[in-house]
Amino acid sequence: MFTFIAQRLISAVPVLATVAVVVFLMLRLTPGDPAAVIAGETATAEQVAEIRNKLGLDQPIVQQFFIWAGRGLKGDFGESFFFKKPVSELISQRIEPTLSLTLVTIVLAVLIAVPLGVLAAQHAGSLLDRCLMGFSVIGFSVPVFVIGYLLIYIFAIKINVLPVQGYRRIGENFGDWAIHLVLPSLTLAVIYVALIARMTRASVIEVLTEDYIRTARAKGLTRRVILIRHALKNAAIPIVTVIGLGIALLIGGVVVTESVYNIPGLGRLTVDAVLARDYPVIQAIILLFSFAYVLINLLIDLAYSFFDPRIRY
Amino acid sequence: MTIRRALLRTMLVVAFCAAAFLPGVRHAAAESVLRVVMHSDLKILDPVWTTAYITRNHGYMIYDTLFAMNEQQEPQPQMVEKWEVSADKLTYTFTLRDGLKWQDGAPVTSEDCIASIKRWGARDSMGQKLMASVASFATVDTKTFKLILKEPYGLVLLSLAKPSSNVPFIMPKRVAETSPSEQISDTTGSGPFIFKRDEWKPGEKAVYIKNPNYKPRSEKPSWASGGKVVNVDRVEWLAIPDAQTAVNALIAGEIDMVEDPSLDLLPVLRSDANVDFFDYNTLGNQFVFRFNWTQPPFDKQKIRQAAFAAFNQEDFLQAVIGDPKFYKQCAALFICGTTFATEKGTSPYFHSDFALSKKLLQEGGYDGTPILLMHSTDLQVLTNLAPVAKSLLERGGFKVNMVDMDWQSLVARRAKKVPVSEGGWNAFMTSWVAADILNPVSASFLAANCDAANIGWPCDTEMENLRSAFAHETDVAKQKEIAEKVQLRALEVGTHVWVGQWYKPLAYRKDKVSGWVASPAPLFWGVTKR
Repeated sequence: MFTFIAQRLISAVPVLATVAVVVFLMLRLTPGDPAAVIAGETATAEQVAEIRNKLGLDQPIVQQFFIWAGRGLKGDFGESFFFKKPVSELISQRIEPTLSLTLVTIVLAVLIAVPLGVLAAQHAGSLLDRCLMGFSVIGFSVPVFVIGYLLIYIFAIKINVLPVQGYRRIGENFGDWAIHLVLPSLTLAVIYVALIARMTRASVIEVLTEDYIRTARAKGLTRRVILIRHALKNAAIPIVTVIGLGIALLIGGVVVTESVYNIPGLGRLTVDAVLARDYPVIQAIILLFSFAYVLINLLIDLAYSFFDPRIRY
Repeated sequence: MTIRRALLRTMLVVAFCAAAFLPGVRHAAAESVLRVVMHSDLKILDPVWTTAYITRNHGYMIYDTLFAMNEQQEPQPQMVEKWEVSADKLTYTFTLRDGLKWQDGAPVTSEDCIASIKRWGARDSMGQKLMASVASFATVDTKTFKLILKEPYGLVLLSLAKPSSNVPFIMPKRVAETSPSEQISDTTGSGPFIFKRDEWKPGEKAVYIKNPNYKPRSEKPSWASGGKVVNVDRVEWLAIPDAQTAVNALIAGEIDMVEDPSLDLLPVLRSDANVDFFDYNTLGNQFVFRFNWTQPPFDKQKIRQAAFAAFNQEDFLQAVIGDPKFYKQCAALFICGTTFATEKGTSPYFHSDFALSKKLLQEGGYDGTPILLMHSTDLQVLTNLAPVAKSLLERGGFKVNMVDMDWQSLVARRAKKVPVSEGGWNAFMTSWVAADILNPVSASFLAANCDAANIGWPCDTEMENLRSAFAHETDVAKQKEIAEKVQLRALEVGTHVWVGQWYKPLAYRKDKVSGWVASPAPLFWGVTKR
């Protein structure tokens, strides 16, 4: 097991190195000049050139890359061109909101979707099943921002029981933290409920036709025990895969929800950095996302052996 | 076992729901906090280093100025108690007010002021003009200093009272001695607020608290001059990039003001009884079409004039602003209603004379080469400008290749002086805050000193001579005459086309907040929160 983990972590190194090179080059090839952005509307060409020089952007790209990579290996991802703050500080300020939103969304989605999926599987073909699957199609189809604005309109403006926007740190006040996450996580959870419920339904239906389920029934086990202990556990692998990928997608892709609810997370930092051509920030975030993907895939693989002891590494 | 698990599960669910739906423990409202959404997130803290308006606004919070302009656009003493000019108009003596202190309690001195003027004068276009005429500074005592000129200069006070970017804010000497090409890192100021750097979270919020050491003047506030009396303990600038979310937050009462509400959402705000509007920037803004003089076809005067002839202001203003309450057609280059405004020479223009445009194109030898017009697509207030320009230019006989890009790509591309085929450009559209363009020296699109000029690089000796004459003229009546000549010259050579003035009010909760002060920048003194 430890060898497997070590091998997987070592295999992440070339992945991250490739990502680093590609991201670095892509950014330099993209139109836009951070120096011109920083200099402002009335800056002269000389002032822009001076800023470019200060930022080291007038050096050859290869030299810029090795300076950045060399520092990165020591854990120093440089300073934001704009905020004049270390990139690590900017990212660390944004991790908590994104992780909070991701985890609460996934927990909410799993708590809702798995029982719904099992229920639909148990009553496959029934009206209930059709209603649940119909809901999941709606969940897939409606854009996140539409759900977001709709929930804001109902719960924050009309009924006025939840806040429109913002994020509170969990360390400041747990209640405030939770209340500010209700609408964003519900908004995001809709699509994941739809996805996980469909996956659960399909997997459970497949497992329910297996011989060991028939044996379990023959042994006289209750329907609930059969469903949860035998069917669901054996159907868990594709569900876990979807949940894992969902977490990875949420960490890097909650830009719209973060914008609609004004959550200062990594998604918004990424968009701000891209719009401002803040190269050090973009590079560090994309590396972080890549590492998160590698790590989550590893955790998914490890989870397989938990649900299916036949899988050994 | 099963019952215990079920109980545990139930308790967890109840605990989460309780935490989620019960309001958190709110801090007692011991202090009055103004929560506002500005037009942009605060990224850079040095208002002399960048011209970004959000940084200018930050400067107004924490710094003070020697002079400031009032509503009549007259320079008024601000940190200065008294000042005098020698009979030969070469020596200005300034004496600071009593009791001026930095936020750390140290007194503001003459040396702080001299160092600040020098740093500002090294970066700002109007400051550079001033410094070119300054022979030296002399410290008389801790509160008095002299500015000695080489020759009479008519814009000394107007320069020191410059209301918009870059504003000559006064910083401590140790800060002002930072190289003008580097950003400052120390935010010590002597203004009405103190910046809480430890609470600054870029992309989330910037926090200011009332400066207990600040001593306001006794006069009523007028623009950035007069008494800066702070009535709130704390101001939080929240970064809410989504326009709809900002509006929703204002309606729900979570914030007190939105500086730059989306024009599309004004009707939504208007329908809320608790929301009102305040037109703080009464002079407004001006849309501008900028030529690139270095690339054909706009390297030819006749062809620039042809573009002038093709344009009218109404089409631009309707397409972008829509509601006539928020725009004004104004043929004056220097903003209607201000000291140097005149409509002289503008009668042939601004009514889309396409026949004249085609005639001028023929005279200018236009060969049908398409014009590369850069189209900014991500800033709402600029998005509809280029399509209107394209349509009018095409009707006037031009061929136009409009290229879509985000604003930052446009900013980068416009700095390139290369041919269009190598990534250059011919024209783009932008907007200026009116306070930036009130006279021939501060309006940087009028600078025509070739390679050293602003983006577009106009090259015209006569225009430069006129601007210089304006700067050195000390009589306002004569300055007006020169400003008129500058406008005529701008129409003749075509530095840029001004295509209308527009306004946008800030939106605020009238049930909670009052006391806004009009000014080209949003100001927070005088504001009271109930």
